[in-house]
Amino acid sequence: MKEVVVGLASCGIAAGGIQVYNKFSELLDAEKDETALKQTGCYGMCFREALVEIIEDSKRRTLYGQVTPERVERIVNEHLRGGKVIEEWIVKEEGQFLAKQKRIVLHNCGKIDPLDIGDYLASGGYQALKKVLSEMAPEQVIAEVARSGLRGRGGGGFPTGRKWESCRNAPSRNGTRYVICNADEGDPGAYMDRSLLEGNPHSVIEGMIIGAYAIGSSQGYVYVRHEYPLAVKNLGVALEQARARGLLGKNILGSNFSFDVKISRGGGAFICGESTALMASLEGKIGEPRPKHIHTTEKGFHGKPTNLNNVETWANVPLIINRGAAWFSSIGTERSKGTKIFSLVGKINNTGLVEVPMGITLREIIYEIGGGIPSGKKFKAVQTGGPSGGCIPERLIDLPVDFDRLTEVGSMMGSGGMIVMDEATCMVDIAKYFVKFLTEESCGKCVPCREGLDRMLDILTDIAGGRGREGDIELLEELGYAIRDTSLCALGGSAPNPVLSTINYFRDEYEAHINERRCPAGVCKELITFTIDKEKCNGCGLCAKNCPQQSITGKKKEAHVIDQTTCIKCGLCRDNCKFDAVVVS
Amino acid sequence: MGAVRIAKSDHDQIEYVIGSNGHSADALISILQDIQAELHYLPEEALRHVAKRLNLPLIQVYGVATFFKAFSLKPKGRHQCTVCMGTACHVRGAGRVLEELERKLNIKAGNTTDDMEYSLDTVNCVGACALGPMVIIDGEYLGIMNAAKVKNVLKAHGAKAARSGQRKG
Repeated sequence: MKEVVVGLASCGIAAGGIQVYNKFSELLDAEKDETALKQTGCYGMCFREALVEIIEDSKRRTLYGQVTPERVERIVNEHLRGGKVIEEWIVKEEGQFLAKQKRIVLHNCGKIDPLDIGDYLASGGYQALKKVLSEMAPEQVIAEVARSGLRGRGGGGFPTGRKWESCRNAPSRNGTRYVICNADEGDPGAYMDRSLLEGNPHSVIEGMIIGAYAIGSSQGYVYVRHEYPLAVKNLGVALEQARARGLLGKNILGSNFSFDVKISRGGGAFICGESTALMASLEGKIGEPRPKHIHTTEKGFHGKPTNLNNVETWANVPLIINRGAAWFSSIGTERSKGTKIFSLVGKINNTGLVEVPMGITLREIIYEIGGGIPSGKKFKAVQTGGPSGGCIPERLIDLPVDFDRLTEVGSMMGSGGMIVMDEATCMVDIAKYFVKFLTEESCGKCVPCREGLDRMLDILTDIAGGRGREGDIELLEELGYAIRDTSLCALGGSAPNPVLSTINYFRDEYEAHINERRCPAGVCKELITFTIDKEKCNGCGLCAKNCPQQSITGKKKEAHVIDQTTCIKCGLCRDNCKFDAVVVS
Repeated sequence: MGAVRIAKSDHDQIEYVIGSNGHSADALISILQDIQAELHYLPEEALRHVAKRLNLPLIQVYGVATFFKAFSLKPKGRHQCTVCMGTACHVRGAGRVLEELERKLNIKAGNTTDDMEYSLDTVNCVGACALGPMVIIDGEYLGIMNAAKVKNVLKAHGAKAARSGQRKG
């Protein structure tokens, strides 16, 4: 018996996975070919999507990458019917990509069908819930999670066990308590929560049920970004199936514990990843945060004790119950236990989702798992923690990655985005990008964040535009410290990080922009010029044809010239040139 | 906001949406999302109706409708074009892709063409970072974009829309 498994998470779909699946479905005859066609979530190897796995006799497996509907025909004829593996399409990077990873949370992603609860059950799913309901008191569950050393994976790194305990012990007049799963993954460049919800939604649901039992809650919510339609859909299907099996609802698995989960879709606001803003939004209000003198574990959603954890945190819970706190805490560093999922993106060869033990070095992630920087370019920095994080320069590449070490160097773990940057990335432009993002996402409630970030953006825009003045760097630093110290919530409190960390490590680039009116990376539009290399240009005219300004002239088969007075530096000539003749300086 | 009256069928649809979300103030965002999905924007009358039925001050409904990016108070075009501006897309040149779309459609991001054909918007991240820069047209994900590909992408999409009869005129 053979199985054909097509990866149909968002990445796979974006790369044409559905067309590939349909093509298999059209060509294969389930009985004659003795082949079952299945779908799964994300394999993590986004750089080779669409991915198709062929499993023979439930053990021999072949993973094909960049499969297109055209390639499906050959796979069916040669491999499935002819028994011959097509070597050149195999994902050769798989061994290198997986060698240093420790995939425990992602273990089932890319293996099971997320739309079939049977697959999750067959892989040992909901065993942890059974164990908790039949043999453990709520206090024991909390103690186990506390002993494991699990810390919040959404960015803050707060000890999960301690959070659960304070929520359980917080007074509630009618006993109502809520648990919430924060799936408002707003950090641009991070998508592990999306992948987990798409690829293994039951692991998150199981974690939530266990948490609700420990805390004493009968109602849970998943607050998920509306930009993730597939995650919303798969989660909805999973909830239905769990209800049908008595895993959610009244008297779960025959116990006297009842609990259910509702999905709430976010409205596209980054601030709603902040716990108090998220809860306001759940109540149908504007997503503005409030001061946290009183923790949400005491007064949260509708004023009741509320425990909020991130998707990845919840997905860790069943593992801890099944395999024990001692096993979990044997992985990682002294104060950061377990693994962390990172989305390794940007200027990197093996783009994808990686799960690594805490304490692994940046070098191992970027060069061994990630396979280094494409096109022979030089590595410059890695950005972690999203808009709240910072840029870590090349000289710190041997830094072990955990919550505390990342904070020490002026960045943070955040939800796990890891954006790799090469020499063609301008650090002033990156700082400007994040500050612009944050000015748009600032809710506007407190002055330092609303006005301060606006002012920082003005200064950065001037520097990037060649209008920087002496003293601008110092002013940015002063503003940054003020915003950091006086903002109401974590968005403002961490907003200056991208600026402060790039000034700290790449001050020379800021100085080049201000003093020499030069962008060393060749990114900032107002400081660069596009010219055509006479030696390389063969006069094909493609650039002139596509120039929106008609700024390029030249005779056929002769080198062309760009008129600098009308050029708007859109870069279309460079994108269109097949001979690399357009030079940016 | 213009005082456009919404059609009776739209009115029934809004009633249905409010009912299926349990007439609850907690569900305000979900209700507005469902209306937006049906009508592609939130007409003034719909906001007033929702406020009345949920017994909420209009200012709260209006506040939520203008706070969240998912909502639009202006009608949207027949085709939705969205450019991902996530960090991974940004470092790979999403800004230039957006600029080219703005030039080709002759509108700035956040607007709709005069003939109501295309709306152009940005999104902070769709989580398909490996394939960035990413553009989404009518739900179809187009990865590894650059400015030079924009022209053909719009042409191909226009032809496809015309074939399936979505396009008027």
